[in-house]
Amino acid sequence: MSDLTRSVGIVQAQTAVFDTPLQLASGAVLPDYQLCFETYGTLNAARSNAILICHALSGHHHVAGRYTPEDKAAGWWDNMVGPGKPIDTDRFFVVGLNNLGGCHGSTGPSSINPATGQPWGSSFPVVTVPDWVRSQARLADRLGIDRWAAIIGGSLGGMQTLQWSIDYPERVAHALVIASAPKLSAQNIAFNDVARQAILTDPDFHGGDYYAHDAIPRRGLRLARMLGHITYLSDDGMGEKFGRMLKCGDYQFGYEVEFEIESYLRYQGDKFSDYFDANTYLLMTKALDYFDPAKDLNDDLVAALKKASARFMVASFTSDWRFSPERSREIVKALVAADKEVVYGEIESVHGHDAFLMLDEPYVNLMRAYLNRVAEEVNA
Amino acid sequence: MSAANTLRADLQLIADWVAPASRVLDLGCGDGALLSWLNRHKAVRGYGVDFDVNNVVRCVQAGVNAIQGNLETGLAEFEDQRFDHVVLSQTIQAMHNTEQILVEMLRVGREAIVTFPNFGYWENRWQILQGHMPVSETIPYQWYNTPNIHWCMLGDFEALCAKNGIRVLERVVMNEAKRIHFLPNLRGSLAFYRVARQTA
Repeated sequence: MSDLTRSVGIVQAQTAVFDTPLQLASGAVLPDYQLCFETYGTLNAARSNAILICHALSGHHHVAGRYTPEDKAAGWWDNMVGPGKPIDTDRFFVVGLNNLGGCHGSTGPSSINPATGQPWGSSFPVVTVPDWVRSQARLADRLGIDRWAAIIGGSLGGMQTLQWSIDYPERVAHALVIASAPKLSAQNIAFNDVARQAILTDPDFHGGDYYAHDAIPRRGLRLARMLGHITYLSDDGMGEKFGRMLKCGDYQFGYEVEFEIESYLRYQGDKFSDYFDANTYLLMTKALDYFDPAKDLNDDLVAALKKASARFMVASFTSDWRFSPERSREIVKALVAADKEVVYGEIESVHGHDAFLMLDEPYVNLMRAYLNRVAEEVNA
Repeated sequence: MSAANTLRADLQLIADWVAPASRVLDLGCGDGALLSWLNRHKAVRGYGVDFDVNNVVRCVQAGVNAIQGNLETGLAEFEDQRFDHVVLSQTIQAMHNTEQILVEMLRVGREAIVTFPNFGYWENRWQILQGHMPVSETIPYQWYNTPNIHWCMLGDFEALCAKNGIRVLERVVMNEAKRIHFLPNLRGSLAFYRVARQTA
């Protein structure tokens, strides 16, 4: 495993402003919007070595590197993206963006609505995965990228990757769909709804217009994140990390933090509610719930994927129960039936859904081998 | 890229049975050598299936599309009659669900190619007569660590085919890269079968 320590170094976010109205699946129209993005590596002369990274529920454009040398944390996928890493920035031009409706610089519910001079809040339209993909295609146009060498995404990011391959077949050479699903199950939607209810019933939510009240529905967001976190870990992984460990050595017979797992979840919830926007969380979970590329084709996923011309890599993780291997195998089965090229790896891991952000060795090897093949195709 | 131009002799025999530009499913594909060769020399399209993620990685390195999966649970990822040839090379003797995989192969494919070490080979018989389980080039394991749990001879395999309404289209028996025509069940160490569903 060479060079997993090198980094893209100091990076800077950029903003692209779009003033062509964007028609959304809901019927609403966004008159204009901006997308925040970062790029790493160099676009070659043929513009053929570009990779798009689609983020998951709480992700953003800051995929790799640091803004200042003092930054404590690097971008969210810094362990996978960088010079000599599987998504090798010495060979590829890598683009990460913050999705529409996000809260990290792209237009979203916390942005100012130019029509009112106030934050959009509850009036920000619900956006879907196909809406995102359309907005991302415009960013590709802006960057002069006709065809992505690869689009890569985990979880909700994998859904965007699938959608890209269906909606813009000629613009995607390879689609890497990791720890994802062809659509959410009832159980998965149920988890999302509990998270949403936590936010929607927080007295500080104010119907989504909490900005005007100088309030933040922190308790709701915190609960939503705690619940989410439980589902991103596996029982074994959680047991291995925390077990029944107590903070103070013995039972306190009260309701304060006692078990280490409680402490961990509360810490994660608090940290998240400090920087994430509650409306964005609602919107992202809805985009997840609505995703179903086969819906308008009589639930025929094969028919949906027949439109794709990309080659696929699908990966799942054995202990992931939020986006289980069975769901990835549904995608693989449909791709085979649609006569598409596909590689599928089912990675042994204790890290649950979070494994797509970790470095289990077979996962790293698979990513490296596959992307090496992609790089060779574009002479990168 | 491991672009070896020469295949192992037993894989070459299988490759010779595969029609150009056909669709192939290679079960227990290992490092993808067979599919990689077929792809380059016969414009064959297809997938490998292997239980081991490290083999999936090796296949990707060889430019082969591999799907990680467990043959013991069947071939649920594949629809009926998707492939022209389904290959199971020197694996059937190590499977628990031997009969199921044979039936599954001819559900997803028009033809199946099955190869296995022939237990009836004289050297195996001789070692048994000497009081030991056979160990040889084609059976390189001791009785206590062998993955091979379902040994058979030519007639046994043919009987299993007949029981399941499967017809033998072609049989080749080899020993050290030589075809054996006389007393194959005694003189051949490796059996190759090309089989299909009996047409009603």
